[in-house]
This record gives sequence, C-alpha cells and structure tokens, in this order.
Amino acid sequence: MSDAILRVNNLQTQFQTRNGVLKAVDGVSFEVGRGRILGLVGESGSGKSVTGYSILGLIEAPGEVAGGEVLLKGQDLTRLKGEAMRRVRGAQIAMVFQDPMMTLNPVLKIGTQMIAAVRAHDKVSRKVAWGRARDALAKVGIPSPEERLDAYPHQLSGGMRQRVAIAIALLHSPAVIIADEPTTALDVSIQGQILAEVRRLADETGTAFVWVTHDLAVVSSLADDICVMYAGRVVETGAAADVIASPRHPYTAGLLASVPAEHEPGERLPQVPGSTPSLADLPPGCAFAPRCFKAGPACTTTPPVQTFADGRSALCHYPIEPVSCQPLSSTSTTYRSAS
Amino acid sequence: MIGFLIQRVLQALMVIVAMSVLVFLGVYAIGNPIDVMIDPASDQALREALIHRYGLDRPLIEQYFVFMNNMLHGDFGESFIYRLPVIGLIWSRFPATLELALTAMMIATCLGIPLGLWAGYKPDSWSAKAIMTFSVLGFSVPTFWVGLLLIMTFAVELGWLPSGGRGPVSNVFGLKLSIGSLEGWSYIILPAFNLALFKLGLLIRLTRAGTIEVMSSDYVRFARAQGLSEGKVVGLHVLKNISIPIVTVFGLELGSTLAFAVVTETVFNWPGMGKLIIDSITVLDRPVMVAYLILVVFLFVLINLVVDLVYGQLDPRIRVKAAS
Repeated sequence: MSDAILRVNNLQTQFQTRNGVLKAVDGVSFEVGRGRILGLVGESGSGKSVTGYSILGLIEAPGEVAGGEVLLKGQDLTRLKGEAMRRVRGAQIAMVFQDPMMTLNPVLKIGTQMIAAVRAHDKVSRKVAWGRARDALAKVGIPSPEERLDAYPHQLSGGMRQRVAIAIALLHSPAVIIADEPTTALDVSIQGQILAEVRRLADETGTAFVWVTHDLAVVSSLADDICVMYAGRVVETGAAADVIASPRHPYTAGLLASVPAEHEPGERLPQVPGSTPSLADLPPGCAFAPRCFKAGPACTTTPPVQTFADGRSALCHYPIEPVSCQPLSSTSTTYRSAS
Repeated sequence: MIGFLIQRVLQALMVIVAMSVLVFLGVYAIGNPIDVMIDPASDQALREALIHRYGLDRPLIEQYFVFMNNMLHGDFGESFIYRLPVIGLIWSRFPATLELALTAMMIATCLGIPLGLWAGYKPDSWSAKAIMTFSVLGFSVPTFWVGLLLIMTFAVELGWLPSGGRGPVSNVFGLKLSIGSLEGWSYIILPAFNLALFKLGLLIRLTRAGTIEVMSSDYVRFARAQGLSEGKVVGLHVLKNISIPIVTVFGLELGSTLAFAVVTETVFNWPGMGKLIIDSITVLDRPVMVAYLILVVFLFVLINLVVDLVYGQLDPRIRVKAAS
C-alpha cells in the first residue's frame, strides 16, 4: 500500500530499568491507509499499547523512543518536540484509551473537557467550541448531546463514556485514531455497537484506525489488516481475512485455535503452551520458540522476515504452509456499515 | 440540604454543651479564681465577700445553669479581671487575629499550591527537591524559634521592619484593620509569615502528593493525547482534582490559626485573641475562657460547614445529601 497515511518504520521503544534496558517495542513496522482499520493484536505485554503511546510521543521516563520513524503523511513524529508535537496530538492523530471509566476527568463536565479539547488547537469562542462538541457527540450516536455536555462522567454508562472519548478523538477530524483496546471494558452488545460505529466512521470520514486489541473476534470482524505482535516484535502481517483464514506464523495459529467460538461447547480449548516471556529475559533468537510447536534448531537465531506473494509476511524460520481459504466462522458477525 | 444544615447546627450545639461542661469542671478543679485575683494579704472576710459576689459559693451545677441561662439570653457574662462584658472584650481583639490569620493563610496558599504543583509536576528536578527540603523545615522547626530569628534578622540586624506590636489601624469593611495602610503591612508581614510557615510546608506536601498521583492518571494522559498544553493539563485537570484535600486542610488550618495563633501572637506581641486567652488562663478568668472556647467551636463548625458545601462544588460525586 503506497498511499499510507501513517507509516511506522522499525520503531524501537525502550525502558531503562534496574535490570537493564527493556525493549518493549523492538523494530515494529506497519502502515495504515485512509479509511482503513489495522488490528494490532497481541497478548498482554506484547508491546502493542506501548506502540500506540510511542506514536503519539506519550512515552514517559524512564521510557524513550530509541529509534525508528513514525511517518504521518510523510512527517516524522519522532523528531518533533514539545509544542510542535502538541500541535499534532489530537489534531492530526488522536488516541482512545482502554478504560472509559478512567479516561474522562471525574470532576469536570463532559462539555468542559470537550471545549478544552477543541480550543487546544483552534482559537474559537467557547460558544463555537460548544457547538462543535455537540456535533461530535451526535456523530458517534449519542442521543440528546446537549444534555450530555452538561453531565459529569459518572452520570454516563461505560459505553456512553467510550463514545464520548471517541467523539473527543474525532473533534479535529484527525487522519489517524489509535484505539487502545477501547471495547475491552465494555459488555458485548455495547462493544458491537461501538465497532459498527467505528467501521462507519472509517468508511464515511476516511479516518484511519489503529485498533489495538487482544481480541481476535473483534479484529476478524472489524479490521482490514492485521499486525500480530509478540514480545515487542511484529510476527505476522497481512489482510485480516487472509491471516485469520490461514495464519502463517505458529503464534497466530495458536491464538486463533484458542478462540472459543471455533469449538464445541464442553470441549477442552487448545491453548498456546507456556506464557509470555519477561522482556528482561527473552530467549535468544525467536522469542516464541520455547512455546512453539514447530520450533527447530534454527530458532535460536534471529528469524528472518519472510514475505509471501499475497503481500503478507511472517517473522519465522518455519512458517506454516497456506491452506485453502476457509472463512473463520459462518456465525461471526461482520461490522460493516449498511452502505 | 435543609436537613443537612439542621443536623450540622444540632451537632454544633451538642459540642458547645459538652465543651462548656468540660471547661466548667476543669476550671473548678484547678482552683478558685479569687485566690489568684486578690491580694494575698487581704483578710478572709473580703475573700468571702468576693466569692459571694461572683456567685462562686453556689453549687457548681447551679453556677453552670446560671451561666448557660445568661448565655441563651445573649449575655456571656463579665470578665473577672477586666470587669468588661466578655463578648465586647473578645470582639475588640477579633479583628487583629482575623487579619493575621487571613494574611498567613493567603501567604501559605499563594506560595504553597504553586510550589507543591511544581514539586509534583517535576518531582525529580533539583528545584523540587529544594522545595521539599524547605517544606520539611517549615513544619518541623518550632514556630517561636523561627519568630525570634525573623525578629533578629529583619528587625534587629537589618532594621527593615518593626519587631512587634500592631501598626496603625484604619476602617476596612467596618473592622479596624491594619492592612489598610502600608505601615500596617510592615507590622503584620513578619508575624503572618511566621504563622504561615507551618501551613506552607503542609500545603506544599499535600499539593505535591496529589499532583504526583493525578499526573499518572489515565485522564491526564488522555488530555495530553488531545494536545492540551501542559499549562491546561495542570491548571484544569490536576488542580481541580487535588483541590478536595487542599480545601479540607485549608479549612482546618484557618480555624486553628484563628483560634490558636497564641505562640506567634506572644512572640510578636500581637494584640489578638490568642494573647487574650493565654492571659485569661493564667488568671483563671473563667467567663472569658468559656466564651472564647464556645466561639472557637462555633468557628470550626462554621468553617467545616463551608468546606462541606465547597466539596459538592468541587466534586459532583459527593454532592451533599439530606441524609448524610
């Protein structure tokens, strides 16, 4: 894809700790195009959230972005400092966080927080800002937005608060929104509504989303492309449908095998053996090798990025051979907008 | 809301009753005020006469009810020593203490909150460490000693400011205050700073702790992700969230400063209520002591009531409910 709005190249984010340098993000690369949704998938501790924070320059000491580029419409965000970066944040690239109970300030009215967000980038009157806030709330499907602007966060439900957070992210029509597990804390029906809303927004406004999640069911129905992370590295990329139908990396295959929807009730779920390694104590070579059913002698050396004919890639010595395309599940809903 | 107010007033009344009993019993146990008042050489007949005149020969319970009855009619009695109505006596000292306490709280707040915010915003900087060291000194070094040092430095050595007393007063908002003139300020600034030091240290630490906690919260990170400037992040999101503990401590400290600025008022010879109560205790001037302490209870109840009402304004989640 050459028309990428956001292109992340070899991003490295490190944390200085007493036990040495932890490479939370180690050479991550991906790109997202206009109106596309990229699912950034991985277990807890795989570095997917840190990747999101790194893109916005929100990594705090003792962490730092140690290398690589974050190109937003060709401009490298890792080189921007202070005020220059502030102008980008929220205006050209925005972020939505995991827990809607925590991301809104409990003692400020929704309106106050949204007006501050509008006026952070546009010098408009409070009245104009208020109107834009109201329109943004309406855009994400919040009923009677005027009343909501006058409410405090605790007066809204979790799903409503996450819609508010998404509305705040949309205020300046950013080119890219990074969503860090925004539906994890919500129940399934609310999650479904929000995913449908996001899909619609991406299609209608052309906003690109980087959807950070550990939930493959969400990704399979929402994302156009998938980027699977393990221990700070991207292990597999490709179009969402292809990756889910026929994973090439053994880790992706393991994750997919443990999705409950694929199995008979009562049947024991297969799981990836072992647990995510500590970043301070990664095995040499492939970090996944100790848990991998295909691991061989070569896996103690750094695996190569293997690219395949269909634009996919996997970080593996022994990628799985493609199978003929099978849909993930005939019952899974796809969150496409009606249009 | 009305229920809340009524409950508060009832609470205050109970505290006032309990406290007046304690003070009565306490003073009764210490000794007979007449013995302190009169010339030790005077004869028994004079002593008896005086005791009778003040009603001290009657049973304690009767004395108490006479006092309470008078108080309910607005009469707090006369000072044994000054032979003046107690209310007038305390009221004449009130403006001096009020302006001293308010000036001290203003110094503590205007310096303490910004310094605490900075120390919490950049906790690892050398300036933050210097502020924290200062705050430890602020509430660990004894007030009287700092007061003496201030007098030594600014009054004796440098000769910039007067060493004690209160400057000329003028009429400000119907009260006789010295902060109306520049010369008045030269008198008040040293004792006010002395009085402020402890509160300053306290406010710095409180503000810093709150700031550090809020700075690592998700909503601050979200605010930054929206591109809010650091000034807005601190001024809008942080300040309002840390304001509840600050208001609480501010209220308590304002009350205790008004009531018990004794040490500073003594060191700087400031003619306020603190000096009045200390003098009254040494001569067992019971009416002044009881009336003063009732005033203090009233003051604390009033300040806490205001603090509770302010809470609701600061945090919508704890709006005052009638039941609580």
